[in-house]
Amino acid sequence: MKTSLSLNNVTKRFGDVEAVKNISISLHEGEFVALLGASGCGKSTSLRLLAGLEKPSEGQIFLGDKDVTGKSPAERNIALMFQSYALYPHLTVFQNIAIPLRMRQLSAIQRLPGYGLLSSSIRQKHNEISDRVKQMAEMLRLSTLLDRKPGQLSGGQQQRVALARALVRKPSAFLLDEPLSNLDTQLRSETRDEIRSIHKRTNYPFLLVTHDQSDAFSMADNVAVMIDGEIAQFASPKDIFCKPATISVARFIGQHRMNILPAGAAVSLHPAGGQLSLGVRPEELIISTAGTLEATIESLIFHGEETIVNLVGPKQQKLRVVVHSSNELPNTGENVKLSADLNALHAFDADGYRKELTS
Amino acid sequence: MKPNTIIILGLLAIGAALVLLPFVWLISVSFKPHAEIFTTNVTLLPHQITLTNYWKALTQTDIPRYLLNGVIVTGSILILQLAVTVPCSYAMAHRNFPGRSLLFGGVVAALLVPFHVTAIPIFIGLAEVKLLNSYTALILPFAATAFGLFLLRQAFAQIPSDIIDAARVDGMSEMVIAWRIGFPLCAPTVIAFSIFSVTAHWNDLFWPLIATTDPSLATPPRGILFFRDEESGDDVGPLMAGAALITAPLVIGFLLAQKRFIQGLANTGLKK
Repeated sequence: MKTSLSLNNVTKRFGDVEAVKNISISLHEGEFVALLGASGCGKSTSLRLLAGLEKPSEGQIFLGDKDVTGKSPAERNIALMFQSYALYPHLTVFQNIAIPLRMRQLSAIQRLPGYGLLSSSIRQKHNEISDRVKQMAEMLRLSTLLDRKPGQLSGGQQQRVALARALVRKPSAFLLDEPLSNLDTQLRSETRDEIRSIHKRTNYPFLLVTHDQSDAFSMADNVAVMIDGEIAQFASPKDIFCKPATISVARFIGQHRMNILPAGAAVSLHPAGGQLSLGVRPEELIISTAGTLEATIESLIFHGEETIVNLVGPKQQKLRVVVHSSNELPNTGENVKLSADLNALHAFDADGYRKELTS
Repeated sequence: MKPNTIIILGLLAIGAALVLLPFVWLISVSFKPHAEIFTTNVTLLPHQITLTNYWKALTQTDIPRYLLNGVIVTGSILILQLAVTVPCSYAMAHRNFPGRSLLFGGVVAALLVPFHVTAIPIFIGLAEVKLLNSYTALILPFAATAFGLFLLRQAFAQIPSDIIDAARVDGMSEMVIAWRIGFPLCAPTVIAFSIFSVTAHWNDLFWPLIATTDPSLATPPRGILFFRDEESGDDVGPLMAGAALITAPLVIGFLLAQKRFIQGLANTGLKK
């Protein structure tokens, strides 16, 4: 696959703070990558570096095999969709979508109203732009809204206008900054499908920046997990979930925070727990009489279909188990035994790196 | 109505009447025939309405010339001010450069300095380059305005930075962003500022009095002085008509733009 956009050993400092620490990431033709991280982890800065809105303190940015480190966003021809959509409120939907093309194809004088009357080649260009805008509008079901101002549109419609404005220029890469965070649940899944189908149809490289793991996992081919300005793991969604590379990725990923038993105490789950820390997701820790880890139930929290059981282990460590609410629930204060399957265990060495367990 | 309300409204009415009285008197005198102006008894309304005073003011005096000068001077000042202020305030609000806060601090500090302090150095400077007694002398000193920079910077700062970034990604240059995105989005503030600027320079007597002596360059208030000194003598009627003619454009302009003016001030949260 051809690399279309990459950051090579890029560092970005703001004053004394290193927002992005020596990261390398590449985006291939037709690939959909998600950059997943908690807020403040540097993922938005990475996106702005790729787009050309920030200049790196160190390192290079490549577009294909061209070095674009010092180039402006427009020279990179990258499309960027903002979390707030950032539509121009004083322009109509048509004008909003047409802006990138007008800026690219027409000079300042040619953009003046009425110039098209003087030159037929400019008129031709105006017509081409108008056709392309209408084609985009058609694709995103905006044809009837072209004369409206963004303020008169619903959230979902505004988002489609932002998508159209981003895609109209045939970008070299498409970056999306938290595109779903302003939408309600219903619209969210529709937009997810919409973005995926646009990706399939256009085959541009897509980079999604999000803090929401289900968005990242459900849309992307590959996910880069970013923690504290560094890329902790770059792998397929399944690998990230099933084989977290470090203890911090393991803690970050998952609906419920993973239980981590420190080396020593972990021995009651697996013999290797003597030297390694062991992690088990709360969904995979089972309350059973055959269990080997003893714990006392501290509280039960009912969440609808599932109930979260908080427990305290033998060395006062906090544990969490998720059970289906339809099961028979234990009582607070009860002593129970916990067990987990071998393949549900994640082992990490003292430096926090994953070790594969052998039975 | 409660007694309190009556007292408050009464006081306000007296205040309003006091402020309005000179204007009412001016209008009234401007419509009175010559014989009726110099009488011993005070009559607020003319017995006989005549337009002779206006006719005289427009045809036998230089007032049309003064009005034209006023339009040239205030118009040029406004255009120059916007040409300087819009890109500058955009840069101060949305671009990062060393010394940005220091520069803005300087603008705020400059707000505190009255024009009369800088008038003398500017006068000497213009005298050195032999530009006194010209339109340039009336226009150029006001091209940069701390008040405008401050007002517009505050308005530009309200524009979300995402929109500015989106414009950069869409291929707009910084100058195009300032004029095509910033300027229309700040229209209410720009209009409020324009009204301030036009009012201040249309009514300004101080600077034209210092910088020009040539009657053909006189702005309206300066012109009224020439008119009073040289021609009117006891001819108060045309003088009042002239004053009414000179005040009218501002009053009409203000009434037309009243809504946007208040909107613009409300947007900036600034009162003057």
